[in-house]
Amino acid sequence: MNTAATASTFAGTFRSVGTAVKVSGGILLFVAVMALAVPLLSPHDYFSMDLEKRFLSPMLEGARLFGTDDLGRDLFVRTFSGTRVTLLVAIVASFVSLVIGVAYGAIAGYAGGKIDAVMMRLVDALYALPFMFLVILLMVAFERNFLLIFVAIGAINWLDMARIVRGQTLSLKEREFVDAARLIGVPPLAIVFRHVVPNLLGVVAVYVTLTIPQAILVESFLSFLGLGVQEPQTSLGGLVNDGVTQMERAPWLLLIPGTLLAIILLSFNFLGDGLRDALDPRRRRA
Amino acid sequence: MLRFALLRTLSAIPTLLLVIVLAFLMVHAAPGGPFDDERVLPPENARNIAAAYHLDESLPRQFVRYLSGLVRGDLGPSYHYRDHSVSELIGAALPLSLRLGLLSIALAMVAGIGAGVLAALKNNTATDRLVTGVAMIGISVPVFVVAPLLVLVFAVQLGWLPASWSSGDAGWRLLLPVVALALPQIAYVTRLTRAGMIEALNSDFVRTARAQGLGLLSIVRFHALKAALLPVASYLGPAIAAVLTGAVVVETIFGIPGLGQLFVRGALNRDYTLVLGIVVFCAALIVLLNLLVDLLYGFLDPRIREP
Repeated sequence: MNTAATASTFAGTFRSVGTAVKVSGGILLFVAVMALAVPLLSPHDYFSMDLEKRFLSPMLEGARLFGTDDLGRDLFVRTFSGTRVTLLVAIVASFVSLVIGVAYGAIAGYAGGKIDAVMMRLVDALYALPFMFLVILLMVAFERNFLLIFVAIGAINWLDMARIVRGQTLSLKEREFVDAARLIGVPPLAIVFRHVVPNLLGVVAVYVTLTIPQAILVESFLSFLGLGVQEPQTSLGGLVNDGVTQMERAPWLLLIPGTLLAIILLSFNFLGDGLRDALDPRRRRA
Repeated sequence: MLRFALLRTLSAIPTLLLVIVLAFLMVHAAPGGPFDDERVLPPENARNIAAAYHLDESLPRQFVRYLSGLVRGDLGPSYHYRDHSVSELIGAALPLSLRLGLLSIALAMVAGIGAGVLAALKNNTATDRLVTGVAMIGISVPVFVVAPLLVLVFAVQLGWLPASWSSGDAGWRLLLPVVALALPQIAYVTRLTRAGMIEALNSDFVRTARAQGLGLLSIVRFHALKAALLPVASYLGPAIAAVLTGAVVVETIFGIPGLGQLFVRGALNRDYTLVLGIVVFCAALIVLLNLLVDLLYGFLDPRIREP
């Protein structure tokens, strides 16, 4: 199975990563903990309105850290409960794209020849599709629900993963342990999923950190248009959308969720870039 | 070259057809018809409306009807704006969106290539790190966060620029939307140019040019830039798709009556023919532009033409 080699490159990866990776990893961990803890521990919840406490300024009035919104809901809780939704959607959607992309790429790469050519040509064709428009259409046409968001975002993001996995598979299938498996008569699909795929997981893990911010972008874009998560439940994109409507009266309603969203995306991108550079020595030079 | 061009053109057709089929099926699989209202129509009227819009025909028949209209440039009637056809509505909104998009892409190219070359020439210095850092921020922060922030700072707080389309005068009201739309693209172009330029500057042909005594500026201008811009040229296709998508947000925020706003309105009104029409139109545009970029790329780099 050759997992020892994977493990050692992984350890090496984590030793050689730069400060950017460590800092962004730390920030993401902190945000994740806050997203889990704040809605649980806060005396407020994300949906209760209090019309006498509308538009409280952050930190100044009534011991509200982030203030309140136009319906008197506590922004601190809403922000982190929105973060929770955003992260959940992004992680599940990335998992969907990971499963599709890895299976597709590994099969194409291992099969090679005509099958590979046809499968990758399809990927090329799909790249040309304006997916965002199709997703919006999908969300308009059907009653919006969580499951659909996952599927829609996952269906967009698997293309890159398929390409990367195929490239890796092409080089992996020339290795001795694959030859050995073939020699003792392991069927092709079993070779792909039991011998090739486990050895890809290091690279895949790195690329998932780059898929997650893309998924976050799509989800928050949909929520911003009012097509994503539905009220009173919210996500960071939905909060930004609410913030835009109250921009002149209460700028913090836009600034706080917008900044948090930016920080999360920035951290994921730095993390993914840093890990990829650490894994690929050729890139480190540039 | 001709063979390559022909093959590429032919392969664009199935892609386009795929989009049309997908979009058409999605719209028709949607639960609830476009004329479902609180008020219940007498069955006779409902039948008449369905017949007028050919909704009583079978799905393949409707699709063939749609396709044959499409070939003639007819995208059908709008469900919501009763007196207008979808083609008319798109035609009216298009020029504004086109101007917005083209200006953004032009800005992205000029600013991005400039910043990328600068960062590559000052590789591993503070300037380089500043440019790369800002580019990373540009890539990460979504348009729908940047655009309201620009409005908040430059329109609401400072009062320098108009906050929305209806309140501004002709020239200035385009500035903020163009900048908001261009920012992420500037960031991508910067990164691509920087990476391409660093590689070009380290390559043999640049070393030869240098050994022959050429100055840095003419090396960049005549030798390195051409090689460095290949990845940028291939990014043009995705950039156009991103600008089209971004325009949906920017036009909504700034209240610009362009294609993006039309799309969102159509979506919220459940105006299926309009939404379908815009999707098909944008898909055709993207596929066509991708094709042009592909051909341009094959022209610039002879290696691509080989099968």
